[in-house]
Amino acid sequence: MLPPAALLLADTRLPAGGHAHSQGLEAAAAAGEVHDLPSLRAYTLGRLWTTGLTTAAMAAATLRACSAEGGADWAGLDAEAGARIASPVLRDVSRRLGRQLLRAATAAWPDPVLDGLAAALPGGAHHPVALGAAGAAAGLDDHAVAVCAGYLSVTEATGAAVRLLGLDPYGVARLVAGLLDEVEAAADEAAAPRALADLPCPSSPRLDAGAQDHATWEVRLFAS
Amino acid sequence: MHRDAEHPTPLGRNPGPVRVGIGGPVGSGKTALVAALCRTLGAEIPLGVVTNDIYTTEDADFLHRQAILPPARIRAVATGCCPHTAIRDDIAANLDAVEELVRAEPSIQLVLVESGGDNLTATFSRALADLQIFVIDVAGGDKVPRKGGPGVTSSDLLVINKTDLAPLVGADLGVMDRDARARRGDRPTLFTSLRDDPGATAVADWLRARLPAVAVGS
Ligand SMILES: Nc1nc2c(ncn2[C@@H]2O[C@H](COP(=O)(O)OP(=O)(O)OP(=O)(O)O)[C@@H](O)[C@H]2O)c(=O)[nH]1
Ligand SMILES: [Mg+2]
Repeated sequence: MLPPAALLLADTRLPAGGHAHSQGLEAAAAAGEVHDLPSLRAYTLGRLWTTGLTTAAMAAATLRACSAEGGADWAGLDAEAGARIASPVLRDVSRRLGRQLLRAATAAWPDPVLDGLAAALPGGAHHPVALGAAGAAAGLDDHAVAVCAGYLSVTEATGAAVRLLGLDPYGVARLVAGLLDEVEAAADEAAAPRALADLPCPSSPRLDAGAQDHATWEVRLFAS
Repeated sequence: MHRDAEHPTPLGRNPGPVRVGIGGPVGSGKTALVAALCRTLGAEIPLGVVTNDIYTTEDADFLHRQAILPPARIRAVATGCCPHTAIRDDIAANLDAVEELVRAEPSIQLVLVESGGDNLTATFSRALADLQIFVIDVAGGDKVPRKGGPGVTSSDLLVINKTDLAPLVGADLGVMDRDARARRGDRPTLFTSLRDDPGATAVADWLRARLPAVAVGS
């Protein structure tokens, strides 16, 4: 059972900065790769099982580490998360969004875990690490935080598509509903306990390259 | 100047420098006003600027070109298709930008936050802006104050800019003044032409008077 706190953590209205980022969709749309509901579905599914799964696994592992004796090794977790993001632009975005999520989570769920993270990493943590810590502060378990990560990987991209391409919002709602089983399956995979070094990290070179290119555009709506 | 729980300033809702939000429709003169305030107040008060451009970093680039402020005092935020979300619903990126400004230049006491050009329903979150200035212009038509919206009705200062254009577009400043009073009650409205007064003297005077806790001139 997903606890109600997960609804808030997975809500794109939580003021954690996500709205300014298209999850690569602006680049994919400009390249003609996403232009309607079927192509959006393919794009979102691809994201979910690559960067979405990587994020979810890292967040779940972070959440488990929060209850370790002596507390989490924040620097170690952060290094593992950073090593799983190939694009320098996306690494920067991840750190920025991690910092912003930490601010929102600290407001919503004040908790020594978040204070410990902020003290250990004053420059901010990578987003998956911040998400795992936020999940711990919110009282979630590792599977629930993985569901949140997978769900956000889908809805942040579909939300950007609605704004950017003017796609039918009802069609997009149906699309998201149709992907929820995939979100659950990705969370199952992500939350399976493993050593940090063995966490899944399927790569998405197209997204990495797209993000690098997008950052050089003179005119763009989204930060990434 | 420090603003803490024991010694709150009159504007002391938010920690750090005093933040002034400058909002208003596209092209009304927000960036021109920011540049003017930097010119007029920059020598008195250590200040920084955050711009929220919709598509580009044009506003920040304009301020860089004007060389009114050192580059480290200007930050640009991208707003993802939705300029008012970034100043109202999810202010994370703007708060980050303010923090970065202060980290780079700890002496900063005043931050001007320019929103992306938006519509009349836009308004700054009180958690982002201690004070809000809403800028409209006469070229948008003299019925704009009557239309209202939170910027027109509840901003701390309404600026009606480009008065030099009034005769050219047939805008009746008397009507705008009357409607603004009706909408705003006691809240002040100033008419400006930044073309004729590139220092925005009246707006700078108003802002100076609202910043008693800022050590002006020190
Ligand atoms: N005639 C006249 N033009 C002005 C005045 N103030 C600004 N402008 C011009 O109006 C145009 C838009 O001004 P900006 O300051 O860029 O307006 P803005 O509100 O920042 O625009 P966005 O950020 O794009 O929404 C520029 O060409 C300015 O030179 C004024 O008082 N009179
Ligand atoms: Mg501007």
